[in-house]
Amino acid sequence: MIARQSDEHPHGVDLPLDPLPGHSSRGRLERVLRRGEFAVTAELNPPDSANPQDVYERASVFDGWVDGINAVDASGANCHMSSVGICALLTRMGYAPIMQIACRDRNRIAIQGDVLGASAMGVANILCLTGDGVQCGDQPGARPVFDFDCMSLLATIRSMRDEAKFLSGRKLTTAPAVFLGAAINPFAPPHDFRPLRLRKKIEAGAQFVQSQYCYDVAMFRDYMARVRDLGLDRQCFIMCGVGPLASARTARWMRANVPGVHIPDAVIARLEGAEDQKREGRQICIDIIDEVKEIEGVAGIHVMAYRQEELVAEIVAESGVLKGRRPWKREARIDERQVVERLGELLDRDAISPQDMAEKALLNDDA
Amino acid sequence: MSKPEASVVTQATKVALARPRSDYRPAGVSPSRRQRRRYTIRLWSVRHSRLLEWVYAHFADLFLKLHPLWRAVGYQRAEAPVTFVERRVKGLLFDCRMCGQCILSSTGMTCPMNCPKQLRNGPCGGVRANGNCEVEPDMPCVWVQAWNGARQMRQGVENLMNVQPPVDQSLRETSAWLRVTALAAGAEARREVSP
Repeated sequence: MIARQSDEHPHGVDLPLDPLPGHSSRGRLERVLRRGEFAVTAELNPPDSANPQDVYERASVFDGWVDGINAVDASGANCHMSSVGICALLTRMGYAPIMQIACRDRNRIAIQGDVLGASAMGVANILCLTGDGVQCGDQPGARPVFDFDCMSLLATIRSMRDEAKFLSGRKLTTAPAVFLGAAINPFAPPHDFRPLRLRKKIEAGAQFVQSQYCYDVAMFRDYMARVRDLGLDRQCFIMCGVGPLASARTARWMRANVPGVHIPDAVIARLEGAEDQKREGRQICIDIIDEVKEIEGVAGIHVMAYRQEELVAEIVAESGVLKGRRPWKREARIDERQVVERLGELLDRDAISPQDMAEKALLNDDA
Repeated sequence: MSKPEASVVTQATKVALARPRSDYRPAGVSPSRRQRRRYTIRLWSVRHSRLLEWVYAHFADLFLKLHPLWRAVGYQRAEAPVTFVERRVKGLLFDCRMCGQCILSSTGMTCPMNCPKQLRNGPCGGVRANGNCEVEPDMPCVWVQAWNGARQMRQGVENLMNVQPPVDQSLRETSAWLRVTALAAGAEARREVSP
């Protein structure tokens, strides 16, 4: 007998799941987190191309190792394939994306439309970000929009979901069933304010949060202690951001150029002292995961292996965070059967051109 | 009294009606309209676009001749006072919005940043039959005026045909005069090196 997996539709694996009572999405990421299992997510490096194959290839390295794939929205204010586009491709292939929305590039009209479109395509998780300033990116002459900020974006999507209405108050006929996320950076000043900012995000609607790269476990532990004092770990799932550093040089560059990344000197010294820096970077990442997963209130990890995505599976396997659990490979969309039927119809039908069909119809009309 | 005829209520009207009521109702709907200063002076500038074209050409030459001075003072040091003067002069004459990349000579001496859509390549399709703005019903369209101004200028219509690139937002609140001067001086120097 094949052991039944816990997130399976009783009438068939291909059917989309109904949201469980108290759940806000159909996604399996929410189910995994709510069951108290240690979740793993990873970040997909967005291609600079119009080729869907690029996205499929980049996603396939995560297959069966992660519960969600983050589709970034022009991270670092650099232009790439849009997060909506990536999500459309990922949902088509049955991956579970976490769509990031940055407030930098689009106003409230565009963003609310994208939320509906994404949800219709089967996106179950949305991560709300303010976004880096346009000045950091490859097109500093762009107009910074920032119509929303992360907080007002969270509140807006929550009201779209829970009250089924746009920000303007206009009604939605079907509300977007999404699991709402936000980002945290426990490593940036003002450190006292950071836990309160998380509380504010939770009040605005955040159900899970992913942190900035954690290379300073002591600092993260302090943060988590204060978060637990406020009881926030019980109101929201906190996922710790981790990632392998390719070399000491990359680490220095990131520290100097990527906003909000804090890398202690000890980590750089350890990298420099190593024979094989890339291997050491991977080991540091696994060591950090080992420490972080023991911290009370940490619900999962978010692996950001920029340009080293192939390492994610190894890192997840070696750190043993999944405890033998195998994340789902396929997430069914709500319109899946319809699409399959339509495709079958198209493939099975005798090859008849639209012109012939029109001609036939005309003849019938005349008769 | 007969009942008023049921008119089509647009979504925008519904949203406007749903707003909390208060005694204060601001004039206009767009910031570009609210920030305008001396409207009559702006219209005067359009009427005298040819004169202003001539003035600017000589002024730009003078500024370029002063390049050694700007170099001696340092462009960085000159920036604050020049920007101060530029903001006030162009603000008075054109309602300048300090985009930092002035194209007045290509837009018939009307500042296109006063358009609620900030269009720099010509009028949108929404201009009303009376030549007023689609967004601000009682404001004459910036581009209707630009067309009037450009037709009086020596090179106005020709310049109007230039396709303007998107605004480089990183140049906002900087001096267009100094930038144009420095670029022209640089081009001149390069010409002298390689004739």
